[in-house]
Amino acid sequence: MSDETVLGDRQKLAYIASQAADARLNVELETEGMTLNFCPQHPATHGTLRIVCRLDGEQVVWAEPSAGYMHRGYEKLTEVRTYPQVTTLVNRIDWLGSFANEVPFILASEKLMGIEAPPRAQHIRTILFELSRIANVGLFLGDLGVQMGAVTPVFMAFRDREYVLNLIEGATGGRFHPNFDRIGGLKEDLPKGWIDETRGVMRKLRKFCDEMETLLFGNEIFQARTRGIGVIPKDIALQYGLSGANLRASGVDYDLRRDHRLPMAWDKVDWKVWTHPDGDSFARCWVRLMETRESTLIVERLLDTIPSGPIMAKVPRIIKVPAGEAWVSTENPLGEMGYYVISKGDLGPFRVKIRSASFNNISIVPWVLRGVLVPDIITILASLYFILGDIDR
Amino acid sequence: MSPLPSDAPVAELPGDALRERAVDQLRSELGDALVDTLVKPGDDVWVRVRTDAWRAAGLALRDALGMDFFGYLSAIDWMPSPFGRGEDDPTQPPVERETAIVQGYTGGDTRFQMLARVSNTSRHYGITIKTDVPDDELTVQSWIPAYAGANWHERETHEMFGINFAGHPDLRNMYLPTGFEGYPLRKDFPLLARHVKTWPGIVDVEPLPGEPADEATETPEGEAAE
Repeated sequence: MSDETVLGDRQKLAYIASQAADARLNVELETEGMTLNFCPQHPATHGTLRIVCRLDGEQVVWAEPSAGYMHRGYEKLTEVRTYPQVTTLVNRIDWLGSFANEVPFILASEKLMGIEAPPRAQHIRTILFELSRIANVGLFLGDLGVQMGAVTPVFMAFRDREYVLNLIEGATGGRFHPNFDRIGGLKEDLPKGWIDETRGVMRKLRKFCDEMETLLFGNEIFQARTRGIGVIPKDIALQYGLSGANLRASGVDYDLRRDHRLPMAWDKVDWKVWTHPDGDSFARCWVRLMETRESTLIVERLLDTIPSGPIMAKVPRIIKVPAGEAWVSTENPLGEMGYYVISKGDLGPFRVKIRSASFNNISIVPWVLRGVLVPDIITILASLYFILGDIDR
Repeated sequence: MSPLPSDAPVAELPGDALRERAVDQLRSELGDALVDTLVKPGDDVWVRVRTDAWRAAGLALRDALGMDFFGYLSAIDWMPSPFGRGEDDPTQPPVERETAIVQGYTGGDTRFQMLARVSNTSRHYGITIKTDVPDDELTVQSWIPAYAGANWHERETHEMFGINFAGHPDLRNMYLPTGFEGYPLRKDFPLLARHVKTWPGIVDVEPLPGEPADEATETPEGEAAE
């Protein structure tokens, strides 16, 4: 019995069942359509995404997201910046996990220059990367409750995210936009006492995950509103380029941290990739919860094995990147984020294509919202988890 | 609990042999429509296909090579920017700039090139594919039949570069207002912020009070590599 066919069939059956139910409903209650505007200010949208839905009764027959309220043109702006200046811009793409945005760009530049950060810098980079994942996804877990009418989780999430932000601030000096990564290493070494403090915070965060699991994931209303809702089968998810937890929740065992060789420290410690076979809203939330907990373990294990040594490789004072092209992508909190950097040997890049995770994750919305009921729009959008800066760039 | 952490063994590492084999497979699928290839050892693989084989290449990648994951699709404008990096001093005479169009890896003949990336999620490697966009008619085939996710990427490329996609159902603007003139990511589209206000880097070269003029410009930024 191969796993793949079983999982595929399970997803297909769920999808066929929901489609059949829709068809029946449409025959029974034929009503005049109406258009529902999910305005840019709806709390479920994490920013300014507008979704126009065409309704038939309570059912969505057509939905079209309209992005672009926050387009800042980073791809154009990178062409007039030097390499070290670009990290300041790309920090603001996914603003909840800022540090993780800098890393793939720096790695791409280092690849073009043919240098690698020293082991200690790689280690600290990976720790900060995982901390930004915890800060980002921790907020998602709290926010999830708000979308379904539970107010408590969001306060808990903001409370515990504060500890992580304090750690990021302690190490980098910036709470939201660290701009700490440099070509060839890091700006500074870790401050005194930071490692012990981080261990304590990681224990707190694991407790937070346990709380969320019992408070939210064990909740009957939560389960009723997410199980079997918004099912995305494996092949559709891959075709649309869904990545991160959204892809793993559809049963695809693919994590760039494990599957791609990057000069980072993930392969130095032991950890697990979590997947879920169902592909529904619940699966997406559940995978994120497990990943947050796994991240705290990764951080703890990395803290145990942190090597000594310099944090900066030898790089020239004025950075000129040799001509060439490089693509580097990493598993960011929201999914695969990558940069295609084209250099012509100048002080700044010739062209940078930014592949952000949410852009692809949201492009599936017209497909997944077809046939769902109005209240489910919110849970599906919340479970797909996007950040507007990451869609519009 | 049914959903368990995956213990599946990591499939064979992305090696150059794997990439070489992918290129050979693509060549047998596409024949002479595969114009140029580049396998950089230990890094990545680039291929360039003929414009009329763009969709066929997408389908071959998906079906024959098992590239199931759609990464992105975009374009490159290879013309050097007539404005440089936007740091010109308006009081000085205009600067002479390079105007020759030089393409990057796997070459090319046109100013615009399509750029896409797809990956194989079971063998853990990806491929970057390019094609020329004819200068006289900026149209390539749409990739939607191969990868449904290309829809939004093609809309974005259409409004940013002015490239048309034959077979795309709806090339509406995503970001810009309807009726916007010009294509912002083309190199000859000026970045207005750098034109209405002079780049401060030009203004700030005056020496600080009490410092001799020649030292002021040489002040180290404190960020130098030790």
